[in-house]
Amino acid sequence: MSDLVIPSAATQARVLVGRAVRLSLRTPDALIVALTLPVMLMLLFVYLFGGALDATGHYVEYVVPGVLLLCATFGASTTAVAVCADLTGGVVDRLRSMDVGGPAFLAGHVAASLARNAASTLLVLAVALAIGFRSPAGVLGWLGAAGVLALFVLALSWFAAALGLLARSTDAANGLTFFLAFLPYPSSAFVAVATMPAWLGAFSAHQPVTPVIESIRGLLLGRPVAGDIWTAIAWCTGLLAVSVVLSAVLFARRTAGARS
Amino acid sequence: MSAIHIRGLGKAFDGRPVLRGIDLDVPDGGVLALLGPNGAGKTTTVRIVATLLEPDTGTVEVAGENVVRERAAVRRALALTGQDVAVDTVLTGHENLALVAALRGLRRRASRRRAAELLEHFDLADAADRRVGTWSGGMRRRLDLAAAVVVQPRVLVLDEPTTGLDPRSRQAVWSAVRELVLAGTSVLLTTQYLEEADRLADDVAVLDDGRVVARGTPAELKARIGDTRLELELRDADAFARARDAVAARVVGADEGSLTLALATDDSPASIRALLDLADPAGDRLVRFGVRTATLDDVFLAVTAHAKEPARV
Repeated sequence: MSDLVIPSAATQARVLVGRAVRLSLRTPDALIVALTLPVMLMLLFVYLFGGALDATGHYVEYVVPGVLLLCATFGASTTAVAVCADLTGGVVDRLRSMDVGGPAFLAGHVAASLARNAASTLLVLAVALAIGFRSPAGVLGWLGAAGVLALFVLALSWFAAALGLLARSTDAANGLTFFLAFLPYPSSAFVAVATMPAWLGAFSAHQPVTPVIESIRGLLLGRPVAGDIWTAIAWCTGLLAVSVVLSAVLFARRTAGARS
Repeated sequence: MSAIHIRGLGKAFDGRPVLRGIDLDVPDGGVLALLGPNGAGKTTTVRIVATLLEPDTGTVEVAGENVVRERAAVRRALALTGQDVAVDTVLTGHENLALVAALRGLRRRASRRRAAELLEHFDLADAADRRVGTWSGGMRRRLDLAAAVVVQPRVLVLDEPTTGLDPRSRQAVWSAVRELVLAGTSVLLTTQYLEEADRLADDVAVLDDGRVVARGTPAELKARIGDTRLELELRDADAFARARDAVAARVVGADEGSLTLALATDDSPASIRALLDLADPAGDRLVRFGVRTATLDDVFLAVTAHAKEPARV
């Protein structure tokens, strides 16, 4: 067969990214929820709680970064479930028998997660702008905010993929990622950490979501962010490194055992 | 050179042995069926051959390449269809095959052409642009098989390819496999259906509790336990016991509950008359008798039934 070349891992990863994106697009119910839920939550916070939380009427400017992270943590279950379904449903067996490696397989799902998050982020920003969000940030500020958010989504998606490899069933994968969706609440996403009881404030101030949100918020509002941004980058690269190693170990372990 | 060559294969999971030293050969262009009850080690064998699991002991070669040391070469020579249908139900048939073709290294144009060709060949062209979720189980199985052979493999490994299919779909899968064999592919197949082994395989190996307990062509295996069997139904327990003792050397099956004996024989009238006389000399023990050809089911039961009487050859 003259058409045949031995495909590189990059080619295989690209094909699998296309597959994962297409699978997302073909399950519109899940996609619509993933896209509209953050918008609904933003409207809820701005119009229901916003007046009480910030009488100046600028709560939308405070809450947008938190809503963007909420999209990411909410979407983590989609990634974990998709990875788990491929692992338990025989797709991983087929891929491995075709010499497609674990990294290419996981990269496909992680890249699809980045694409889904990009879509929901754009939607949230569009609605936010429509209801009065204004940013004094220049191009660099926006790029910086996008970079921090992308790094967070990348780390979280890879972590979710690792959880998908850990779970024995898609239901379990969904359950394992459930707590991630709540991570933005005890943080500075919706209210200032200083307003929380001491024990909760201590947790909120030192969990990864807070520095990420503070960085994005600061960049978008044109405030200094030096300390937060390094903490955020450290958290995200740390989580990414741990997740990449963890998923490699789990992939090897789950594919070496007895077929359950 | 053998398509698949297995010597002394052993594998344990968490200290529990699943394969206890297996020797198997699939000659080039041949079809070997692995037969056995659930838990016998069929799927573990298949997964080792397909490089998805590493053996603990022994050597396994596919197309002359070692499955551990030359894994990439083995994966290029081999295709697998597992027990689960590994296709995406929200994609169309055409998209599924084009995806696999791209992963195999075909360029976009060639991928599309090959997908269309395979859909035609596996009689799926009418449904090509419908989502696979709307397809029947038999069509999905054929698509899974088509995905495995996007690049015609030298060796095809099929793990229970027709489990859960209706008879017509099963026939369609069988004829697809036969065509691949005609085109030069060697096949290792696991099945619980003895008819499937009889229809597709040149050789059969019966696996039980991690060992090969019988092997040969389907005809040889049937001959081994008596090509033809004389079945006797006795009047009562006493008659059953006496008849069994009288023809003990020829008994290949005995069921005390239904008072039936199965005796190995050939289909000559003389041998059947002689056996009837031995089992029932006074003509008062027998309710009825019948003569039938042995099936692979008989082989299966005879060589895998630990609890029952040992089969006599």
